[in-house]
Amino acid sequence: MGAQLRVYRQKIRSAQTTKKITRAMELIAASRIQKAQQRVAASGPYSRAVTRAVSAVATYSNVDHILTTEPEKVERAAIVIFSSDRGLAGAFNANVLREAEELASLLKSQGKDVVYYLIGRKAVGYFAFRKRATEEAWIGGTDTPKVELAREIGDALVSRFIQPTSEGGVDEIHIVYNRFVSMLTQTPEVVRLLPLEVVEGVEEPGEREILPLYEFEPEVDAVLDALLPVYIESRIFNALLQSDASKQAATQKAMKSASDNADKLIRDYTRLANNARQSEITQQISEIVGGADALASAK
Amino acid sequence: MADLNVSVVSAAQEVWSGRAKQIVARTVEGEIGILPGHEPMLAILGVGEVRVTTEDGATVRANAEDGFLSVEHDTVTIVARNAELIS
Repeated sequence: MGAQLRVYRQKIRSAQTTKKITRAMELIAASRIQKAQQRVAASGPYSRAVTRAVSAVATYSNVDHILTTEPEKVERAAIVIFSSDRGLAGAFNANVLREAEELASLLKSQGKDVVYYLIGRKAVGYFAFRKRATEEAWIGGTDTPKVELAREIGDALVSRFIQPTSEGGVDEIHIVYNRFVSMLTQTPEVVRLLPLEVVEGVEEPGEREILPLYEFEPEVDAVLDALLPVYIESRIFNALLQSDASKQAATQKAMKSASDNADKLIRDYTRLANNARQSEITQQISEIVGGADALASAK
Repeated sequence: MADLNVSVVSAAQEVWSGRAKQIVARTVEGEIGILPGHEPMLAILGVGEVRVTTEDGATVRANAEDGFLSVEHDTVTIVARNAELIS
């Protein structure tokens, strides 16, 4: 067998094994999207209930609460970046990081200090490579995220927010995550988490009746104290779930195109290998014929 | 008398929902009983179980820690980070 032919056969085999891997990853991602989507849907009632309660308190009362009042001067802002732990997801992480960079430069141009909180190994790697400081990072929890993780992140953010600015506290918290729009589209989204703007309309059920006057137990302040961290946590949990679903969808898309590329490579190399084999045979025939001719004319 | 529309939700999912005659829950200030027609209310739940008496008289009990309870227009939502039914 000719050297050229052997090289082609090797390349075909390598493309075939790669294709097996990417195909498997595509199928795994496809089955995980379903689960991730179900989790997003299942957490819906909770976040709706929490949002409803928070907007009830916020509209009913004009209490000044630290989590809802706008600071007069914003000196430091925190950005929370939701990335994934593993790559092979196309532009998933690149998108969210780019969005975060844009937000950071916008905040810096307004004269604010920017500090970063990272979720997922990819963002941590990105920051470590550029030797940039991060406040806190959570890794290893982005696949099927748990409520506990959301709680941990929420607690860290709220306590940092409550700290006075002079002691290193932050005045604003933004989150950047990929929102799952559909299987084909996931858009990076920037949301200001604190000070609170209660997202109405998004989480609100269809009918928009006027919220009734509530009785609070124990008091408005205490209820607000207890509710707001829960609200923050539910927003973060929602972002984690959305990000997970988007990651699976992005992986599936990336792996699908990888498998398609492998198919194309295999086809191209098979053609080349056939060509090489054929030309080898042609050469052998012409060598035999030429040799026979030479022998015949030598007689 | 009208019924209460009840749902018990935890962070991960809806635990139970249905119609009920009466709900007894423990808030941070003490036990509270809710019947249809209760005024709108938001209360922080204390440690303890929530008892729901359903339409047909059965009792559903749930553990709901770290949460709150909201009542409006005969719709009761019990929201807790960790909520589960006690069978």
